[in-house]
Amino acid sequence: MDILVCIKRVPVTGAKVTLTADEQAIDAGYLSFAPGPHEECAIEEAVQIAKKHGGRSTALTLGPDTAVEQLRYAASMGVDDLILLETDEEFPPMPTARAITAAIQAQERPFDVLLFGNESADAGGYQVGIRVAHALGMPVVTGVKKLEFADGADGGTTVATAHRQTPDGWELYEVPLPAVFTIKEGINVPRYPSIPGKLKAKKKPIQRITPEMGAVGLEKVRLVVPEAEASDVNILGHGAAAAPQVVELLAELGLV
Amino acid sequence: MSELPQKAKVVVIGAGIVGNSIVYHLAKLGWEDMVLIDKGPLPNPGGSTGHASNFLFLATHAKEFAELTMDSVRLYKELGVFTECGGIEVARTEERLEEFRRLMGSSKKWGIESHYVTPAEVKEMVPFINEETIVGGFYTPGVGVVDSLQAGTLMREYGEEKGVLQSFPNVEVMDIETEDGAVKAVVTDKGTIETEYVVIAAGVWSPRIAKMAGATIPLTPQVHQMISVGPIDILSETDGEIGYPIIRDMDTFMYERQSGGDMEVGSYAHRAILIHPDDIPSIEEAEMSPTELPFTEEDFEPQFEHSLEIMPDILGDETAGIRHAINGLLSLTPDGYPLLGETVEVKKLWSAAAIWIKEGPGTGRLIAEWMTYGESEIDAHHSDVSRFSNYARGEYHSDQRTAEAFIKTYGIVHPREQWESNRNVRVSPFYHMEKELGAVFFETAGWERPQWYASNEKLLAEYGDKVMDRPNEWDSRWWSPIINAEHLAMRERVGMVDLTALSIFDIKGSGAVEYMEKMAMAKMDVAIGRGVYTPILTPKGGFKSDLTILRLGKTHYRVITGGADGPRDMKWFSNHLPGDDSVYMVDMTSAYCTIGVWGPKARDLMQSVTKADMSNEAFPYGWTKKIRIDGVEVLAFRISYVGELGWEIYIPMEYGLGIGKKLWEAGQEFGVVPVGIGVYGTTGRLEKGYRLMSAELDADYSPVEAGLARPKVKKADFIGKEGYLKAREEGPTAVLCTLTVEDHTSKSGVKRYLQGGEPILTLDGETIKDAKGRYSYATSAGDGPSLGKQVLLAYLPLQYAKIGEKLYVEYMAENYPVTVRSIDSTPVFDPSNERMKG
Repeated sequence: MDILVCIKRVPVTGAKVTLTADEQAIDAGYLSFAPGPHEECAIEEAVQIAKKHGGRSTALTLGPDTAVEQLRYAASMGVDDLILLETDEEFPPMPTARAITAAIQAQERPFDVLLFGNESADAGGYQVGIRVAHALGMPVVTGVKKLEFADGADGGTTVATAHRQTPDGWELYEVPLPAVFTIKEGINVPRYPSIPGKLKAKKKPIQRITPEMGAVGLEKVRLVVPEAEASDVNILGHGAAAAPQVVELLAELGLV
Repeated sequence: MSELPQKAKVVVIGAGIVGNSIVYHLAKLGWEDMVLIDKGPLPNPGGSTGHASNFLFLATHAKEFAELTMDSVRLYKELGVFTECGGIEVARTEERLEEFRRLMGSSKKWGIESHYVTPAEVKEMVPFINEETIVGGFYTPGVGVVDSLQAGTLMREYGEEKGVLQSFPNVEVMDIETEDGAVKAVVTDKGTIETEYVVIAAGVWSPRIAKMAGATIPLTPQVHQMISVGPIDILSETDGEIGYPIIRDMDTFMYERQSGGDMEVGSYAHRAILIHPDDIPSIEEAEMSPTELPFTEEDFEPQFEHSLEIMPDILGDETAGIRHAINGLLSLTPDGYPLLGETVEVKKLWSAAAIWIKEGPGTGRLIAEWMTYGESEIDAHHSDVSRFSNYARGEYHSDQRTAEAFIKTYGIVHPREQWESNRNVRVSPFYHMEKELGAVFFETAGWERPQWYASNEKLLAEYGDKVMDRPNEWDSRWWSPIINAEHLAMRERVGMVDLTALSIFDIKGSGAVEYMEKMAMAKMDVAIGRGVYTPILTPKGGFKSDLTILRLGKTHYRVITGGADGPRDMKWFSNHLPGDDSVYMVDMTSAYCTIGVWGPKARDLMQSVTKADMSNEAFPYGWTKKIRIDGVEVLAFRISYVGELGWEIYIPMEYGLGIGKKLWEAGQEFGVVPVGIGVYGTTGRLEKGYRLMSAELDADYSPVEAGLARPKVKKADFIGKEGYLKAREEGPTAVLCTLTVEDHTSKSGVKRYLQGGEPILTLDGETIKDAKGRYSYATSAGDGPSLGKQVLLAYLPLQYAKIGEKLYVEYMAENYPVTVRSIDSTPVFDPSNERMKG
C-alpha cells in the first residue's frame, strides 16, 4: 500500500501574531516553520500505515526551497520519498490542488492512500484535499480521527474504514481505495524524530517539480489579526491561602 | 497583588537567578524597602535562567570564576537545590589531554578535587559512552546540577517573608530617570517608583535597560543550541533528575547531561549567532519563551553525528526522539567576564549582568556586599563593569569580540592568546616606526603595543643559549626568544619602550592634597616634582590598585596607571571626589604619548638630546623634570619598571613622532634597541620582583603580605587605613616571595617553561594552603634572562617563606624544583637597585 501525505510549511506563532507591514504574511522574524499539527498526525499515520501494511510513504509539499525543511522533517519521522513542488509564489488553494493533482498523475506508481491535513494551520481553507480527490475522481473523507484497512470481500480491492468524530459519537465510512482522507489532530501521537532519523533524512533525494499557477480562484486580499478575547482566567489566590476558594469552587461544580 | 509602591530604597530589575540572589543577600545585610520587578511571570519570567541546563562544572583557570562558582555551590547546597552527580570532561585528542593537565593544576590552586580518568574508567561511570572515541577524561566529583528556578524562588521568598521585599511580575521597565548623574526613578508600565538604587539584573536585556539611563552594559546575547532526547530507558531507571555524571565532550564543543529520562545535548560548536537585545521577541510574540528561539537545525547538523559517536547506544536509539530543541540565548561579553558593579555613567545604577547559573548566587552575594560595604569578599576586579575603555562600552566592540569569543567557550585558550577582531583601535604616534621594525603587536585596552620586534632577531645569535628558547610549542605560543634577547641588550646598552598605552589622569584644585592623601596609602604631600609609587586600598585594606602619582604643582597631581587599569581606577577616583568644585579630575590619556628609555647608556642617550642636566645629582631617582628636546617641552620621570637607569618621557601626543625619531636616531651611537612589552611586563619586571595588579595584588592580600608595607604609616587618614593598620599589627599569614625554577627538564626530556598560574607544592607533592585557606600558586611566571632562570612570584605561608627553601611547581602534571630567592620586595636581580639609582 503506497501512501502520499501532503503537508504545508507554516510559521509557528506565539500567543501574539505579528503581521508584516504589507499585511500579506505573518512576520516570521523570530518564528520557526513546521507542518501544521493535523499534518504532523497525517505524517505519523502515513508512516504507520506503510509499516503495518507494507509499501512506501511519500511526503509532498508545495512551497519555496526552504520547505525542504518540512520534507526532511517528515523523512526524519520515517517517510520514504520526498517531492517538492518548488515555487516562490504563494499558491491559493485551487492552483495548489491542481499542482498536486498533476504531480500525483506524473508519478510512475499510483498511490493507494492520499492523506492531507484537515485544514492548513495558517490559511485554514479546508479545500485542497477535497479538490484533489475531486480532480482524481476518488472518494474523500474529511476530519478523520481513525483509519483502518481491510481486504475486500473478494480479496481484491482494499477497503478503508474512516472514523469521524461528531458531538454525538462516531461516523464510520467505508471507502474503496484509492481514496483521500483529511486527517485531524488526535488520530495518533506523532513521534519525535530521532537523531538517526535526522541523519537519514538529510541524505534522502528530493524529487523537484515546478508547478504551474494557472487560474487562481480564491485570492488573499490582506490579513487581519482579530482582537484578542479577554481572558477568563480568574486567579483564586496563591499557596495555602487559595485553598478555601478552591474548595468552594469544587463544591459549586458538585465535585465535593 | 498589591500596587506598585511609589518609593523604594532599591529597585532590582530582573527576577532570574541573579536578581533573586541580590535581594536575598541585601535582605540578609539588613536592607529594607526593596522592590523586585520583572516583565515576565514568576517563577519563570522567560529569561536565560528559565532554559538553562543548570549544571555547574567547577574547574577553571580564572580565580574569580572559581570563587564565584564555589560560593554558588555552597549557596545552592544551603538552599537544598543542589544534586551532586560528578562531571567528566572527555578528550578526543592529545592536545585536549594536555589542556586537562593544565586544568588539573588550576583545580589544585582553587582547592577543587579532580583527577585524570582513563577511557575505561569513564566507561565504568557512564556505561553508555563509546570509550573508543575518547583518549581520556578529567573527572570532578563535585560537579552537580541545580534547580535554579527553585533557588530563585526561595531567595525571593526570604526577603518577602522578612517584610523587606515586594516582588512584582509582569511589570515592564519603560525608562530610568536620573538627576545629577545619579538614579532617581524607575518608570514602568504599571507606574513610577522613586528610588535611591537601581540594580540591572536583566540578563540579555541589560544593555537595553542601561541605555534608558544613559549607561552602558556591554554584552551581546548569543545563541547556544540544545536538544533534549528521550525517552531513554537506562536514564529513566535512575532515581530523580540525574544519576550519571555529566559528560563534556570538549573537542566537539558539546555536552551530554541527563535530565530525568532524557539526555540533553548542548553545543558550543556552531557559528556565532548574535541577537541584539532589541530584537529579542516579547513574551507574547515568542513561540516558546523570549530566550528560547526556534532551533536552527542546520547549525546543529555536525553535532548529531558527534553525539552518535560518543553515545551511540542511547542517542542512536530510533525510539528516542528529539523532544525539545532550542536556540537558547545567553550573555557573552567582550572579554568573557561578567559585568558587575556600579555603571560608569550613572551613580547608584548597578550592573549585575552576564552571569551564568554557575555564578548566579555567589554573584548576588558579591553585589550585595559591594553595595553595602563598598567592596566584596570575592574581589570583582576582572568583572568590574567599569573596566572597559570608552570605545569598548558600545555594541560594536561587544559584537565583534563576542562573535570571536563564542567558539572559545569550550576552546583551549592560551593565556597569551590575542584577539583578532576590532584591532588597531588605538595606536601610538610611533606605530609606523614600530611596524617598520617588525613589531609584533599585542593589545591592551585597544592599544596596539609591540610585544617584541622581529628586527631584533639578529640579537639571538649574539646571546645564544641565554635567550632560553622554548622547544615546546605550547610554551612558546604567542612568545619569542627575541623578548629575552631584547632584555639582555637593554641591560647591556639602552632600550626604548613604547608606553603610550599607560592611562594618565590629572587631579587639580584647592583640595587636591587632602583628596590625594585620602586616596593613597603613601604620603602624597611630598615635594613638588616627586613621583611616588603607592598602593590604593579598598575600605577594608586590600588592593584596589597600585599606581604612580606625580606631584607636578602645589595643587596638581598626575596619576599614571596601566592601560587596562585606567578606566577602573578613574571610576574609583572619580567616585571619591569631594563633590564640590575643590577637586577635579581630567583624563589626560589621549594627551600624552610615552617612551621609556632604560639601560646603562640611557643617561648618555638622554644627555645627547637635551641641554637639561641629566646627571644623578641634578636629576635623582624618583623625580620629575620638564626638559626640552629639540625645543619641545616634555616631562621626564626618572623611574624604572625594568630595573635600569632611565626615564619615562611624557610627550604631548602630536610631538611624539618627532621626539621618538630623534631619540631613535641619537640612540644609534649607544646601540639602542627597540624593546617590547615582553620585557617591560614580564622579564624585566619579574627580575625586579615588581608586583602587578590583579596578578599579585588583589583584595585578598594586604600590603603587608604583598611586601609593600611602608616603614611608617602616614599620619593622614586614607581609605583602607584601619584595615592596613590591623594587617600590620596581625602580621602576614603568607608573604609574596620570588622563586626561581632550578630545572626545566620534563620526564620526556623536553625543557618546559611555565606560563604563570601553576600550583606550588611541597617536596611531598602536596598543595600548600595558608591559615586563611588561600592556596599557593605562581601569580606570575616568566623568564629571568639575566638570572638564567625562570622567575616566579607566589604567596607562601610563613613556614615556607624562607630564602633557600626548596619546593615544587606543578606544570602539565609534572613537578619541577623551585627555590625561594626572596621573601619580600627585595629583587633577585640587582637587590640594592644600584643600576636604577646610579
